[in-house]
Amino acid sequence: MIPTEYYIFLGSGLFTIGVIGVLTRRNVLIILMSIELILNAVNINLVALSQYFKSVDGQVFAIFVITDAAAEAAVGLGLIIALFRNKETVNADEIDLLKW
Amino acid sequence: MLDYIWLIPVFPLLGAAIQLLFGRRISNRAVSAVSVGLPGLSFLWALGCFGQFLGLPEAYHHVFLKPLYTWLPAGAFHLANGSVGNLNVGVGMKLDPLSCVMMLVVTGVGFLIHVYSIGYMGHEGGYYRFFGYLNLFMFSMLVLVLADNYLMMFVGWEGVGLCSYLLIGFYFLRKSAADAGKKAFIVNRIGDAAFLLGVMLMVVTFGTLDFQNITDVVRNPHFHGGGVITTICILLFIGATGKSAQIPLYVWLPDAMEGPTPVSALIHAATMVTAGVYMVARSNALYAHSPTALALVAGIGAATAIWAASIGLVQNDIKRVLAYSTVSQLGYMFLACGVGAFGAGIFHLMTHAFFKALLFLASGSVIHALSGEQDMRKMGALKTKIPTTYWTMAVAALAISGIPPLAGFVSKDEILWQSFAGPYGHTLLWAIGWITAGLTAFYMFRLIFVTFWGESHVPDEVEHHIHESPRTMLNPLVILAILSIVGGFIGWPKSLGGGDWFGKFLEPVFEGNPPVPPHEYGPGWEYFLMGLSVATAIAGIMVAYRIYVLRPGLADRVAAAAGGFYNLLLHKYYIDEIYDALFVNRTKDLGSALAAFDLGVVDGTVNGVGWTTRMSGELSRLWDSWVVDGLVNVMAFLVKIMSWPARVVQTGLVQNYAWFITMGVLIFMVYYLISFRAFFAWLFLM
Repeated sequence: MIPTEYYIFLGSGLFTIGVIGVLTRRNVLIILMSIELILNAVNINLVALSQYFKSVDGQVFAIFVITDAAAEAAVGLGLIIALFRNKETVNADEIDLLKW
Repeated sequence: MLDYIWLIPVFPLLGAAIQLLFGRRISNRAVSAVSVGLPGLSFLWALGCFGQFLGLPEAYHHVFLKPLYTWLPAGAFHLANGSVGNLNVGVGMKLDPLSCVMMLVVTGVGFLIHVYSIGYMGHEGGYYRFFGYLNLFMFSMLVLVLADNYLMMFVGWEGVGLCSYLLIGFYFLRKSAADAGKKAFIVNRIGDAAFLLGVMLMVVTFGTLDFQNITDVVRNPHFHGGGVITTICILLFIGATGKSAQIPLYVWLPDAMEGPTPVSALIHAATMVTAGVYMVARSNALYAHSPTALALVAGIGAATAIWAASIGLVQNDIKRVLAYSTVSQLGYMFLACGVGAFGAGIFHLMTHAFFKALLFLASGSVIHALSGEQDMRKMGALKTKIPTTYWTMAVAALAISGIPPLAGFVSKDEILWQSFAGPYGHTLLWAIGWITAGLTAFYMFRLIFVTFWGESHVPDEVEHHIHESPRTMLNPLVILAILSIVGGFIGWPKSLGGGDWFGKFLEPVFEGNPPVPPHEYGPGWEYFLMGLSVATAIAGIMVAYRIYVLRPGLADRVAAAAGGFYNLLLHKYYIDEIYDALFVNRTKDLGSALAAFDLGVVDGTVNGVGWTTRMSGELSRLWDSWVVDGLVNVMAFLVKIMSWPARVVQTGLVQNYAWFITMGVLIFMVYYLISFRAFFAWLFLM
């Protein structure tokens, strides 16, 4: 069997990449993709630990997360489209209406 | 009637009140009726009181006192000699022979002049105002002569001064008239200041101002006066020089001719100017104790007499001649009082009132006939055109020149005799009086001849309107002319066989003074002097006749030859100019200096205070805008600075917010997962 740690490392690695992507990328679509990456990293974690603890709970929760991710993507895209219609840009740096 | 003696001044007061309050709204006829009727009533009442007075039992014959009420009950105060005085100045009337004479002269002549004024002022504007002031004058003058104490007399004294000012400046739209009124009042005031000082000195010395009380104190054989009495007398006399136009305060009288002619007649001939003489006569007890003061009075009287007569010789305005004549004759009256012949002075006062009032009224008639012309050089040949005026004026001129048996002869001769042989008489005084008599006759008849005789120098347009005056103006002239003729008889001297009732009547007022041994002159001297005066008068008339009738050009040639001296006389010895330079302009300079002080210092201070207030307001504003507002702004600035960290965090960029969340998680992770010892160990090992 593959040691569970490897799956944790993979999960945390993907999570970190996702976080960095959310924090640093300019294009909001890329940020959305990074958020998906984070969610999938969490999924990997869940499934790996479900196998370690010989419990199905983790996998069931993973299914929830996938559903949730899908819905979130749809809503997120809707937001981006509304945003684009108002501000003509997908550049996160240019959306600073709440600046002081 | 005597009990209601106070009605005598009150009648004209009523007239004045009516005229000055309502006069504008009532017709001229009503004004005349009231304002001439009331003084007439006063005269009748005065006659009644006089009659009653004569009928009083002998003990009261000398004095009738009617106290009315207490005016100034001043408390106890210390007199100069240490005793405690109690001044109780009352309002009261005193009727003794002296005030009887004055009262009758004032009411009688005053009434005649009021009648005359109806005709003279008939066409003038301000008719009611004239009579109002004239009545007010009568009231004041009567208060003056009927008062029983010096303060009441002073009230009347000031009142006549006021009325004189009002009446001189009657034609107030004319600057010369307004100036003349001012001059009269101001010069008068100077005298009044001295008079008031005299009154105050009397209060401190005697503790009373009552005529009777002071006279009693002074006539007491144990009375010892000293310098105080002299000072009082001199101060009072200075007041008299102002009121009665003597040197040095006579300058207002000639200017006073700006007023209407009845005013000149009443105030500046018959009554007001005689107030000074009356006052000196009233104070005879005081003056008798001060030969120095008497000498001063006589000296100034004589000097004024000849001074004014010399000026009157060359004047060309008919009223100016009469004005200087008045000053000169007043000098005679003071001369009489100064040599101790108070009775003679009062007698001359009375006769002078008759003929001087007549002269002024007649001159007014002449002026009226010539439509306002007053310059004698533009008159001439009037005696057939205005006969009544001419004859009455000629009578007056004869009277004033001292031609017997007219009134002026009797009174003037008495004065000259007393100044020669009287108790305080002196030959020099007599000589001055005698020369003045000659000058008087000369200038008086110069006036008559130039005005009425000779060729006519009247311009044509005026000549056509020459007419005799109306009856209301002529009747008083005739009455006064009759009085000028017969007035002397009541004082006909004993040396000429008369009874001298006038002198005897006035005797009680003047007796009781310390006796002074008279000069020892035999009776022949009196006749000699009398003859000398008459001769001189006739000579004066003859010279005037020669110069002005027989040889008309002679006067101008003499004037040209005398050049400088003539100019000196014509310009009244330049006294007005000298007074102007010495006093009037210096006072105006003082006024300017004070005004400059007021403007610069006083107003400057006020302005300075205003400036200071404004500056402090300015400072307030600066404080407010810089400090107060500054503080507020600094506060805001500090808040801005201090909120900077919180502000800059709000970038509006979601990624930044996400980064903060992440950072928070990491910090918590690090905190809970790693201990500090292990961290430092790791650091050390690295």
